[in-house]
Amino acid sequence: MSLAIAAENPLGAGVRTKLNGFAHILRDNGFVIGLAETRDALAMLSGHDAARPSRLRPALKALFCGRQSDWQKFDEIFDAYWLSRGMKSATRISGAPQTTPQGLQSLAAGQRGLGDSDQADHVERGEGSEVSETGRSRREGASRTELLSRTDFRHLTQPEDLAAAHELAGRLAMSMRARLTRRMHARRSGQRLDLRRTIHKSIAHGGTPIELVRRRRKDKPLRLVVLLDASGSMSLYSAVFLRFMHGVLDSFREAEAFVFHTRLIHISPALKERNPQRAMERMSLLAQGTGGGTRIGESLATFNRWHAKRCIHSRTCVMIVSDGYDTGPAENLGAEMQALRRRCRRIAWLNPMIGWQGYQPEAAGMKAALPYVDLFAPAHDLDSLKALEPYLAKI
Amino acid sequence: MQLAAVGYIPDRDLATALWLMESLRRPLLLEGEAGVGKTEVARALALAHDTRLIRLQCYEGLDQSAALYEWNYQRQLLAIKAREGSDASAVEEHIFSEAYLLERPLLAAIRQAKPAVLLIDEVDRADEEFEAFLLELLSDFQVSIPELGTITATTIPRVILTSNGTRELSDALRRRCLYHYVDYPDVDREARIILSRLPGIDTDLALQIATMVGLIRKEDLRKSPGVAETLDWAATLAGLEVRHLRDEPETVHETLMCLIKTAEDKSRMTREVSDRLIGRVA
Repeated sequence: MSLAIAAENPLGAGVRTKLNGFAHILRDNGFVIGLAETRDALAMLSGHDAARPSRLRPALKALFCGRQSDWQKFDEIFDAYWLSRGMKSATRISGAPQTTPQGLQSLAAGQRGLGDSDQADHVERGEGSEVSETGRSRREGASRTELLSRTDFRHLTQPEDLAAAHELAGRLAMSMRARLTRRMHARRSGQRLDLRRTIHKSIAHGGTPIELVRRRRKDKPLRLVVLLDASGSMSLYSAVFLRFMHGVLDSFREAEAFVFHTRLIHISPALKERNPQRAMERMSLLAQGTGGGTRIGESLATFNRWHAKRCIHSRTCVMIVSDGYDTGPAENLGAEMQALRRRCRRIAWLNPMIGWQGYQPEAAGMKAALPYVDLFAPAHDLDSLKALEPYLAKI
Repeated sequence: MQLAAVGYIPDRDLATALWLMESLRRPLLLEGEAGVGKTEVARALALAHDTRLIRLQCYEGLDQSAALYEWNYQRQLLAIKAREGSDASAVEEHIFSEAYLLERPLLAAIRQAKPAVLLIDEVDRADEEFEAFLLELLSDFQVSIPELGTITATTIPRVILTSNGTRELSDALRRRCLYHYVDYPDVDREARIILSRLPGIDTDLALQIATMVGLIRKEDLRKSPGVAETLDWAATLAGLEVRHLRDEPETVHETLMCLIKTAEDKSRMTREVSDRLIGRVA
């Protein structure tokens, strides 16, 4: 194709190279640009109409942008490239995942531990006589699983326990997703008459519709929106829960995830990463707090204002995972919960502290939010996560 | 292309995008808040080219039978009855012919003698499956009807898609289209819009109204007033023979309901706020 362009294009090679370079820079900045766009840009530049420089910027902008975020970034990148002005905010996206900064490694330590223990397990199994070894390890695994599933996440201090809990959370999520999707298929039973096929079949009977062909109306898939509190008071729980979310959300065709501490951060793109370890790394990077308390009310306000319209439809369940300690005023949280309540089908509030003995929702924020919550459930151990499944299936 | 001649005042970027759409024959995707005049672009474009505007309003559950074509079942049933006893395959061939086909917007758009303007409004409301189907249509401009065969476009329509961002559109669709983000018009452009739509209005008043609306949009409201609301308000003020906003703050405040559409915003836009804003209008 490039040869064809070269042949029919009166433009000099210099312009072509420069334009290709520009497309390259845009791609580095997250623009989705294919060969077709570059080709069209060349065609446009070679047309006699476009030679006007005042048109170059808006034309390339219309051609290369695909979304609002592109639209906002474009001018600065354009100036930097064509007019050689300094660029302040445009950042290159690192394509290679291994460029993770050092500091992150500690954040994702649990995940690394998981990978290691997995390997060790395999080696161990491979060494001994097969039957007895696998049998033993399975027994061991079972009892450990049982114990782990009832251990409060905050008591998991050993790295290997934490790693095991992570893996269990992942597996639990996987099995839940299989069942949830199956149930969704089974419930599709809305029926309508398919007139077109019915008439086709009725021709042979002189137009009498003896065989009725029916059509199923497709169910709207359940959408899950998760808002996870990543503040200091929740840090012992949020790591395991992030992993669980990665597993579950992967299953819902439509899912959105946010974390909040002092502000709200959209982490769905990180969840699309298939590899759980890399997903965790990206999420922890995004979720890094700045300290200074939790602003649940404010974060919810941000969500309501900027994301709710896009994220929420009639079959959406919003799941908030937080201990309810809001450093902002409680009335704010109440008002935002009310606004949220009007929009979505269900609100589930998961609070790890419910699992503690003698817990009462005393925090002012928690009290303000409770009237708008459909499900107020614990999320402090793996068993409590498992208990969520029937609830999700019913929505 | 004279959009201004038909009452639409485009900014330079949009004009270039429309020109590019013409020369590259690509669809144009317009995004932006509700009420910034996305739909109006298509209307003006059709007027400027003196051609038909064919509009497909998207909604959840929109399917091919509502968007593309449908068979006319009543007539088909009648025809079957009328031909009772004759050869079944002949009847079948007869009733699945062009005469029994009901055109829906998409099919109609590619079968115009003169290239139409096809407006696919609020494409984000349609389901993902429909979006995929649309993508296919927009690249091939042909439709295959199982009973009838493939229908190729007689003319390629100018396609404008609009989106309000209730759902994230696929990358494939975005790549297929040129893109323009429609923002609220700046004060100067909005004043020109008012003047072109309400020719009788005082130029100075139009400018004041545009400035005031610009200020109101900067307030923290649930629903910012769109251009249509501005025009309503301008018509109201002109009708009440207001000369200068500062002279009649009472009337201004009372007529603000043309712009403010929710109870919450109404309670926020108190008399003090509106007076403060009027004070800032030069």
